[in-house]
Amino acid sequence: MTSWDEKLLILFGAVAGILILATGVGMVLARGGAGPGVQNFNARVAAWWGMVLCLSAAFLGGKTGVMILFAACSFAALREFMTLTRTRRADHWALAASFFVIFPVHYLLVWIGWYGFYSIFIPVYAFLILPIVAAVRGDTGDFLGRVAETQWALMICVFCVSHVPALLYLEVPGYEGGNALLIAFLIFVVQFSDVMQYVWGKLAGRRRIAPSLSPSKTVEGALGGILTATLAGACLWWMTPFTFWQAGLLSLIICLMGFLGGLVMSAIKRDRGVKDWGHLIPGHGGFIDRLDSVIFSAPIFFHLVRYGWSMT
Amino acid sequence: MIDLAGRIIGLAIILFARFITAVRGIWDGSDPVPTQRIYFANHASNGDFVLVWTVLPPQIRGKTRPVAGSDYWLKTKLKSFVIRHVFNAVLIDRNPATRTEDPVELMVGALDRGASLILFPEGTRNTTDAALLPFKPGLFHLANARPDVALVPVWIENLNRVMPKGEIVPVPLICTVTFGAELHLKPGEDKAAFLARAQDALRAAAPETAGLAEAAE
Repeated sequence: MTSWDEKLLILFGAVAGILILATGVGMVLARGGAGPGVQNFNARVAAWWGMVLCLSAAFLGGKTGVMILFAACSFAALREFMTLTRTRRADHWALAASFFVIFPVHYLLVWIGWYGFYSIFIPVYAFLILPIVAAVRGDTGDFLGRVAETQWALMICVFCVSHVPALLYLEVPGYEGGNALLIAFLIFVVQFSDVMQYVWGKLAGRRRIAPSLSPSKTVEGALGGILTATLAGACLWWMTPFTFWQAGLLSLIICLMGFLGGLVMSAIKRDRGVKDWGHLIPGHGGFIDRLDSVIFSAPIFFHLVRYGWSMT
Repeated sequence: MIDLAGRIIGLAIILFARFITAVRGIWDGSDPVPTQRIYFANHASNGDFVLVWTVLPPQIRGKTRPVAGSDYWLKTKLKSFVIRHVFNAVLIDRNPATRTEDPVELMVGALDRGASLILFPEGTRNTTDAALLPFKPGLFHLANARPDVALVPVWIENLNRVMPKGEIVPVPLICTVTFGAELHLKPGEDKAAFLARAQDALRAAAPETAGLAEAAE
């Protein structure tokens, strides 16, 4: 066992501790009669156990395991996103190409570590080719809206999500073999921020921060959650290539991006008149509901680490 | 042997349907209980009864037979095997000129042997902008012949976007199948009134966000 594995185990142990505590709290709450709030809390905790197990299994599977997990997340997210777009019959080939050509080719490029190409594949090539595929079908109604939504779906669900497994390919001097910890750090900090925003919001939430976007987000919840997770992230510096202050600053940036990303994805849901993106994660909603903050923080975190610490 | 092959293919079809559509059954007005029923659904795609079949709990699915047009399903050996041995369908000939058996009698026969049915009273796939095509009278004749069997409206949402008519590649999009409240033929109710009531019940089973894509067109 390497020292990296030990550090990863410590983090997973801490997460298991938090989940055991949450499970216990849920059991106590359920004894006093399980209202919808308590049921939702317990469903959320149960789903967290499932997600942590999936991530552990992926880490055990190494590069392949992590790649498969996030490709599966991208697929499920893309399916949710495309369901809510206003695409129509004339977009059928553009949609099929998104799922069966662009999504697998992009992940293949990430898999072989061709950074120069996967960074522009969707932003340039998909961006130019998909509208061509849609245009040749001849339906011009709401054309710009349709091609923009398709492109957005790919950027959000495939391009941004794939920056999580892409962290495995950074080469930080003195950090060889430890890249899985960068993924664990990113996901832990961002998700811990989401959870703590929920907890602070429930305990102290008074003033709504963006009532037209998300009725449940409060100033107290956002501040409390982001600051708690930033502090937690700083305290995890020992598993990263960063110093305490660097880890704290990076944590603050990814928590802010995650929070703002949640607002953006809420705006889309509001526009389309739905509460959740999907239903596959009990208590949470869809994959995008759980991934929205990771989606907005992963590319930024990736580039900050790449330019600040990596040799590639 | 054929039974086993049918079961394995059935399982593969269910997995594929879930992979493409992440389909979810919503019981909104009736419960998933194994009583004898006639499920009647909107028809926009050839995969419609596959989705209904997928979301039915296994103990109900085993007793539920889709009603399918033999003119389409007996065209090739593969289709014919799938429709007979995987879905155990009640095959009816939709063309009055060529048929030798009355479709309503075939369906009544299946009910009398204890099966539940899935049928599409629009009679053909709906490729128009209207939510539903006018129902064919078969549903009324069936309800009239066996008035004790409950009719359950089933709204299939989004499958027409997954695979529009004429396309061969399905696109992964989330679908839902909503089961509405049971209805029965009222004593003395005439054909037009009953069919109108059945159509209203099916429209009422559609989720509120239904028609999102159509609304933009």
